[in-house]
Amino acid sequence: MTNVIEQLGARAILRVQEMGRMLLFVLSACAWLVRPPFRFHQIMKQLHFIGYKSVFVVVLTAGFTGMVLALQGYYSLRKFGSEGLLGSAVALSMIRELGPVLAALMVTARAGSAMTAEIGIMRITEQIDALDTMAINPMQYLIAPKLVAGVIGVPLLVAIFDVVGIYGGSLVGVDLLGVSEGAYWNSIESAVEWKDIYGGILKSISFGLIISWICCYKGFYTRQSAEGLGSATTEAVVLSSVLILVWDYFLTSVLL
Amino acid sequence: MIKLIGVEKKLGGQPVLQGVDLSIPVGKLTTIIGRSGEGKSVLLKHMIGLMQPDRGEVWVGDVEISRLSGTRLNDVRKRFAMLFQGAALFDSLSVFENVAFPLREKLRMKGSAVTKRVEEKLGEVGLAGMGHKFPAELSGGMRKRAGLARALVMEPEIILFDEPTTGLDPLMAKSIHDLIVTMQRRFGFTAVMVSHEIPEIFGISDWVAILRKGKIALMAPAAEFQRTTDPEIHEFISVGGTVALPGSLVG
Repeated sequence: MTNVIEQLGARAILRVQEMGRMLLFVLSACAWLVRPPFRFHQIMKQLHFIGYKSVFVVVLTAGFTGMVLALQGYYSLRKFGSEGLLGSAVALSMIRELGPVLAALMVTARAGSAMTAEIGIMRITEQIDALDTMAINPMQYLIAPKLVAGVIGVPLLVAIFDVVGIYGGSLVGVDLLGVSEGAYWNSIESAVEWKDIYGGILKSISFGLIISWICCYKGFYTRQSAEGLGSATTEAVVLSSVLILVWDYFLTSVLL
Repeated sequence: MIKLIGVEKKLGGQPVLQGVDLSIPVGKLTTIIGRSGEGKSVLLKHMIGLMQPDRGEVWVGDVEISRLSGTRLNDVRKRFAMLFQGAALFDSLSVFENVAFPLREKLRMKGSAVTKRVEEKLGEVGLAGMGHKFPAELSGGMRKRAGLARALVMEPEIILFDEPTTGLDPLMAKSIHDLIVTMQRRFGFTAVMVSHEIPEIFGISDWVAILRKGKIALMAPAAEFQRTTDPEIHEFISVGGTVALPGSLVG
């Protein structure tokens, strides 16, 4: 019995230590971010990787999400004779929830996993140590630009996701199912408020930070083996995805 | 210039360094030998602050670095360069960009000044015209040469070599050794090398130290090292044969 309690206690201590290390990691990256030299080139390079290169997958996901949402919404609303509200149903779902969450999950899968693998390989092959020996802080050179790119890139992708999703909904609702085009767009205009937009932006900024933070952290502290790198990548994707969903719930409950 | 006093380090609960006292002579090539897993690379990483000792002191010049971090540690590291086992070249950069990296990032050099200096260093290590290649396209020996060019480009006072010939065939290993010695003699930097290449290292090193059971068991000029009467050290250095040195007693 004592052993079981000891083991539980040891695990709890390890978890708390890990959380503390994660917090120090992101604080350290933020501290290095505001110290010269400022690495605009690195930030642009990461924005290109996290943002631009994710556009295709985000557009594809957004288009089909909007289309299926319109399809489901149309048959549900038709029962109440409210097909005209389809536009607002699609737009509000997209802007408030699906846009930020699905775009963030897609970025995690595409860019987050690559971030962990890249930093993990740099750790294993001593490239991070090499930066240290050149008196170049890896937090400043490697991690901080990725955090900034995540915080800027994900909201931009979410904006694209929302727009494409709403147009996807229009394609199915208006062009295929015959909902009035005026009713579709008018219902969006009357239902969507600025606070919905703000909420979506706030969510996407925090999701961008979560993705970069977790994925960089897992790569930076990867174990020195191929198996360790594989585990780190899996853990990064799973933990980021779960945290996005959990944080989404808390933010939604505060914003509503 | 580099001095370690009573350095102790445990990794994963296992003692690795158990009170290392070592003083590296300035402007000389010192080689640290020892069995695999004795902690030679760990010792090297302590010298540049990549690892902190659990106990003891690490001095670089008149600065004790074992408790330094951030900018103050970086100031000390500006005096160093390091050639890693796998060369640690940045995969995403070409050879030219790898060698230019510290010039651009640390000295903020640009344009033709960078090109001139990088091409000069690439020429010195025998990689002239190879700057456009990426690390993945290079052989093991070429990677080490590129790593050496990157280490030399900042003209540091101290260069650390972590098993620079691991994974190379004997001829390539010899050419890398020759290159290190040539560069050390030409530029006069303090060199510390970790190596398994016995007896070759006796022919190229000024000083040799052996790490045994977490301590420096013997440090002596290369010529004298082979005369040791310690049976364990003698057995260790005799396995690979001996090398004839002027004034040394062989066999």
